[in-house]
Amino acid sequence: MKLDLSGLESTVPHFGTSDGLSHGFPTAPSFDLPITGDFDGFQKEAIQMVKPAKGTTTLAFIFKEGVMVAADSRASMGGYISSQSVKKIIEINPHMLGTMAGGAADCQFWHRNLGIKCRLHELANKRRISVTGASKLLANILYSYRGMGLSVGTMIAGWDETGPGLYYVDSEGGRLKGTRFSVGSGSPYAYGVLDSGYRFDMSVEEAAELARRAIYHATFRDGASGGVASVYHVGPTGWTKMSGDDVGELHYKYYPVTPSTVEQEMGEVSGA
Amino acid sequence: MECVFGLVGNGFSILVADTSAVHSILVHKSNEDKIMVLDSHKLIAASGESGDRVQFTEFIQKNVSLYQFRNGIPLTTAAAANFTRGELATALRKSPYMVNILMAGFDKETGPSLYYLDYIATLHKVDKAAFGLVVAPPNFVIKIVDKDGAREHAWRETVKHETTAPPSA
Repeated sequence: MKLDLSGLESTVPHFGTSDGLSHGFPTAPSFDLPITGDFDGFQKEAIQMVKPAKGTTTLAFIFKEGVMVAADSRASMGGYISSQSVKKIIEINPHMLGTMAGGAADCQFWHRNLGIKCRLHELANKRRISVTGASKLLANILYSYRGMGLSVGTMIAGWDETGPGLYYVDSEGGRLKGTRFSVGSGSPYAYGVLDSGYRFDMSVEEAAELARRAIYHATFRDGASGGVASVYHVGPTGWTKMSGDDVGELHYKYYPVTPSTVEQEMGEVSGA
Repeated sequence: MECVFGLVGNGFSILVADTSAVHSILVHKSNEDKIMVLDSHKLIAASGESGDRVQFTEFIQKNVSLYQFRNGIPLTTAAAANFTRGELATALRKSPYMVNILMAGFDKETGPSLYYLDYIATLHKVDKAAFGLVVAPPNFVIKIVDKDGAREHAWRETVKHETTAPPSA
């Protein structure tokens, strides 16, 4: 049996260097090697260049009343802000949410894929998939593509038969169960607010405010995060969107402009 | 930095591991259990990349219990350790893997034992071992685990400045 590899062949044949000997004879189609002494280092750098930094802030935490999930809405391509209205919280099903950090396409595609798998599980087993199970489905897929350039940093949050569930899953194959996570370039700032303000016995309103505040402060300090701070809550009956506030407006809510008293006014210079 | 170590004592062996899940500068979690139960008398502790660590130890755990289920008798600690080494060595030929393993067990015939398996699938039966901040010369744990700081002394000896050229063969 012979493998048909014609699909791999380049349509424009690449000619080898004209060293006199092979002149005119097409060599096997190939790319030029980069002009560098350190090929491994070059390759590593190139991957880092293509791989978008997780220019995002997303967070989720478990508390008394369920799970609170929040994110900003900015999409950036390097320094350029390409959108201020991205839905980074992906609705997998009425009881489960996923957050998006890293490559937008990778996140969107694999979350949609996960949604399909969860629905099929539901149809086959006549019960909803657990958050543990769903996050493991995703983690196993990402693990199988590990090292092939996927860029995903996500949290799977939801409510199942065992109560609230929260997992962190990334494209390096990691999967962590926890009660408090933040992902993206703004996450250190969000963690700061989250860790200092978190209590397990918060009310839904308090928790939503904490999440919103954490996202706001992250967008304030992180240039790659901004837009709208959206907040979702997942309870026993499924998720609800709590709010979506422009962080610019939040700024004036948290730091209202107070009219300052006039210290000195310009007056007429009395007679010279 | 991750830290995993273990030792064999008189009639027992123990494994110790830290519980932090760190991604560069962020501590994502501080209650991550890195020690897994294989069966009633076997434990496996691992350090390394989080994805590899979980995936590999879970695979070993499942296969060890599958063996017990099929054959009605558990693997000995030595058998489980050699099985793990084989699986890691095979996996290494296919794709890069980064996982360091310590396996502790107690068998009726041989008593307590500890096996050291590093990320390049080197297997050693040892009575004390550590991974983490122990690979580099100022290895904290080995200093504590080793009686009389013997390992530290050995390292000092190895880096002693040579004043005369080594005799040519």
